[in-house]
Amino acid sequence: MIKIFKPTIFVLCLVPFIIIAYQILFNKLGAEPVKQVTHHTGEWTLRFILLSLAMTPLKNITKILAWIKYRRMLGLFAFFYGTLHLLTYIGLDYQFNLDPIIDDVLNKKFIFIGFAAWILMLPLVVTSNQKMVLILKQNWKKIHRLSYLIGIFAVLHFIWLSKTIFFEPLIYLIILITLLTLRLDFIKFLLKKKSVT
Amino acid sequence: MKLHKFKSSEITPESFYINRREFLKKMGIVTGTAFTSQNIITSALSYTPETERKITPYKFATTYNNYYEFGTSKSDPHKNSKDFITNPWDVKIDGEVENEITLSVEEIKNMIPSEERIYRFRCVEGWSMVVPWLGFPLNKLLKKVKPTSKAKFVKFTSVYDPDQMKGQRFPVLNWPYKEGLRIDEAMHPLTIMVTGLYGKELPNQNGAPLRLIVPWKYGFKSAKAIVNIKFVEKMPVSSWMNASPNEYGFYSNVNPNVSHPRWSQATERVIGENIYSPRIKTLMFNGYGDEVAGLYDGMDLRKNF
Repeated sequence: MIKIFKPTIFVLCLVPFIIIAYQILFNKLGAEPVKQVTHHTGEWTLRFILLSLAMTPLKNITKILAWIKYRRMLGLFAFFYGTLHLLTYIGLDYQFNLDPIIDDVLNKKFIFIGFAAWILMLPLVVTSNQKMVLILKQNWKKIHRLSYLIGIFAVLHFIWLSKTIFFEPLIYLIILITLLTLRLDFIKFLLKKKSVT
Repeated sequence: MKLHKFKSSEITPESFYINRREFLKKMGIVTGTAFTSQNIITSALSYTPETERKITPYKFATTYNNYYEFGTSKSDPHKNSKDFITNPWDVKIDGEVENEITLSVEEIKNMIPSEERIYRFRCVEGWSMVVPWLGFPLNKLLKKVKPTSKAKFVKFTSVYDPDQMKGQRFPVLNWPYKEGLRIDEAMHPLTIMVTGLYGKELPNQNGAPLRLIVPWKYGFKSAKAIVNIKFVEKMPVSSWMNASPNEYGFYSNVNPNVSHPRWSQATERVIGENIYSPRIKTLMFNGYGDEVAGLYDGMDLRKNF
């Protein structure tokens, strides 16, 4: 099953990239093209972060181990879209003008936290392969707990850039809180108890 | 920072205007109604016309709007305002005046001829357009009433109609939308009441039937679908001031030196440009400093943002 599923999901994960590439090439981005690319890549980064964070709770709830096999791929796609998002901001929006970018990172909290989220992804990417899991052993788990922080930073990034209280950032916040709550020990305990009885 | 300078060839193509005039003619012949009642002056321009930047394509000016009464996404106003009824429509001018009046939009249009004003429009979010509005100086309308000595500010209230305006069913802002100007700002010849754009009737998504345009201020100051103009003694609290007082001030003059707490206002993105176009520098008072800087002599614009 996994042999068919994994490539299929890989291709599905590329669909947002194919959509935006098509829109760029065929000039279908509308009134504010740069903003459109920024939003699209940013939104998908957040979705992939939440998807990767959903795998462990799904494993625990469904008692199906296979979910875990997709966690790394989804996390790497989060990094892929996050990098596109960052490059859009640096390259397309500010045309590699570093002064306003540095100014933004230091003075605007939503940009600071977004940038911080991307930086925190780097150690996870570097340690994502099987070899690193074996080398790092228990430390691997500790390092990869950074993903919770990345999730929180990414949602804050979205909330802080919104002009007023919008539904979308709130929905992501609710999903994030749910996913993190499911990892709490007493919740896990309750879930286990329920499945036993 | 590298900035895009417009070549003279990029300024409004003549064909655009020819098409527009033809359109007006057609409107007159075909429908013979609504629009002919609007007396349009295109020759008597009482302001410096736009020469540096090209006019934003009509498509973008009418499909990329912030109008939360119809939804918070930029495309919502165009989609959700199609059936919005703007006729009949009364505007009440009251408050600290000796003779409050209520006028229908038709009466106002017949009383005061509209002229074309090509203005830059700068949104607080950091994007801008150049729009050929049809309208008249607000002072021509305000002169119909006699303000008392107490009147210091003018408060604008937009329509409240959650049945027709989906966005008003949610507490995104404290509805109805409220905005305000100091009397001297409201009386300034650049401040206009808009009845149309691109030689056409004002589309619903742009604030039909009557909206304000204050070109040296961020776009949200220019209230749409106005039903009440009130002379008041105290500085009105606008909907955005109420929502986030440290982000949106009463004055909200376009100012590249005063950043929004969450983003810079030094540059802006030009709507309708392609994906590789750089941002352009934002000008003080949106480029209307010669005309309006005097209104703020001696004021600390960092404090009075």
